Amino acid sequence: MNNKNIVTVTNLSKLYGEFVAVNDISFSIRKGEIYGFLGPNGAGKTTTINMMIGLARPTGGVININGVDAVKNVKKAQSIIGIVPDESNLYDEMDGFDNLCFCGALYGMRKAVREKRARELLEQFDLAKVGKRPFKAYSKGMRRKLTIAAGIIHQPEILFLDEPTTGIDVESARQIRQLLITLKQSGTTVFITTHYIEDAERICDRIAFIVGGNIVAVGTIQELMESVSHGHTIELVTDSNLELYSDELQTLFSGCTVKMGTDHTVSIVSREAIPLLPVLQYLNDKGITVFEAKEVRPSLEDVFVKITGIEAEKLRKEREKGGAVK
Amino acid sequence: MKTWIAFWNILKKDIQNYYLKPPNISWGIIFPLSWTLMQLIRTTGSVNISDIKQLLPGLMGMSVLFGTTSMLAVTITFERRGRSFDRLLLAPISLSTLVIAKLSGAILFGLFNAFVPVIFAAFFIDLSGINWGAVFLAVFFIAVTSTLLGLMIAVSAKEIFEAQTFSNFFRFPMLFLCGLFLPINSLPIFLRPLSYLLPLTYGTDLLNRTIIGTSMLSPMLNVIVLLVFSIVLFKYCQYNIRKKWIL
Ligand SMILES: Nc1ncnc2c1ncn2[C@@H]1O[C@H](COP(=O)(O)OP(=O)(O)O)[C@@H](O)[C@H]1O
Ligand SMILES: [Mg+2]
Repeated sequence: MNNKNIVTVTNLSKLYGEFVAVNDISFSIRKGEIYGFLGPNGAGKTTTINMMIGLARPTGGVININGVDAVKNVKKAQSIIGIVPDESNLYDEMDGFDNLCFCGALYGMRKAVREKRARELLEQFDLAKVGKRPFKAYSKGMRRKLTIAAGIIHQPEILFLDEPTTGIDVESARQIRQLLITLKQSGTTVFITTHYIEDAERICDRIAFIVGGNIVAVGTIQELMESVSHGHTIELVTDSNLELYSDELQTLFSGCTVKMGTDHTVSIVSREAIPLLPVLQYLNDKGITVFEAKEVRPSLEDVFVKITGIEAEKLRKEREKGGAVK
Repeated sequence: MKTWIAFWNILKKDIQNYYLKPPNISWGIIFPLSWTLMQLIRTTGSVNISDIKQLLPGLMGMSVLFGTTSMLAVTITFERRGRSFDRLLLAPISLSTLVIAKLSGAILFGLFNAFVPVIFAAFFIDLSGINWGAVFLAVFFIAVTSTLLGLMIAVSAKEIFEAQTFSNFFRFPMLFLCGLFLPINSLPIFLRPLSYLLPLTYGTDLLNRTIIGTSMLSPMLNVIVLLVFSIVLFKYCQYNIRKKWIL
């Protein structure tokens, strides 16, 4: 992956009447990365994506896609992007194969080329058996997969996906994540919105947290974690109650915070990296056996909660409802 | 070339998915047929073969008007509601290409509908001596302007039933206002200006001249007015689509 930006969004806003759906956001996507927008329902994810792909008009701001002003020159930008909308919106009456071919034709692909590609995609998405069935007879997961196939039939440089794993079965969701990783390996840049922390955690190179139309944090998972947990935490699991040694440990490791845990554990928190040997030696001298010593990191969920102030519970509830029900 | 592939496939899809579906084809045949019978029975009490020629232009105009407007309500309003229309808006083809592709299907359907009554009539009466080139031109203009009217309605409507209600609001008065079955001169004076605001009036006049041989205005004037209507309606629809569909 190189560091060249393929998409740059500057001061983008969208107002519906008085209501600010997207509030002056700026971000950029690097060529070849998977960039994720993580936020709860109503955060402005779809509105942002719609502005980027030319389905909604920004109230203000600039969108640059591969050097093209995507607001002024929508059609040029559209020719190099692929789109997977939040709703599987192919043609109900047409079968899977014809749907794919039609989408290829919209991008000017010749008959032989698009038919070959459609067959490959049906194969790749595990849909070859249902290729001749009408779209309306597909299950939710199959519909979503075909919609994704339709979004990449013309081999776009950048793929936009709006909540691709929302409301579908676990296995299809897993296949979709795997597919996005494969696409990335073949050089496609991916922009994905989601309200599932797992999606973001598993596939995104960089994540932006979006809440109430604002981007509140951006970074790699590593960077986001470091932004909330300053320093290092080591947790030791032992065979004895350590309450007795609490004060002694604290004086021994001045500059660190020593916290006694339940079940014979102790955590040591420090700004600097913590050398393990002295700790182990001290405990060993006391006749205490250490079974485990591990660095404790906050989960992305903890980070999200800490930064956005949104309870993880709320996101999880939305997930159980099956996602973005409008 | 790329634009042409996209254009042709949008048109082909509409024809296969909508226009060639049995209910729609039969609509194009049954409606004009029953109207013909009704008109014949109403005017004479029994079927009088020689009246058919007099009725032909009106029937053709009506078939086109109803065929085109009802189909656009489906091909556009329906796809908009199912959001598959977004795909077309997101394709790298200009909005005009997209709109023209969508209109072309309806125009072809209108042309087909117009010639259904002609084919039936040919079994009963002598249709020789008619300039079919001129008939085609007249029908073409009627199809274009009616389709654009249908598009105007489809752009304003959110639901299919809304589009249908809207279009009936236009269509039924037009049957009487545009000289399809009643000469405009027989309308009350205060309604006549309304007639001249509707493009179908000029198309019907052109058709009357080519089939029956009588008309109110010169064919040249009719053609020019129809051309102007087509351009203005197209521009208006294009403007409206840009405003309403790209939020
Ligand atoms: N067409 C619209 N008119 C008015 N408000 C809208 C419209 N579309 C979206 N909104 C509002 O904008 C906010 C952001 O919506 P959206 O971008 O769909 O959120 P997300 O995709 O993150 O769930 C929501 O509060 C939503 O109600
Ligand atoms: Mg959304």
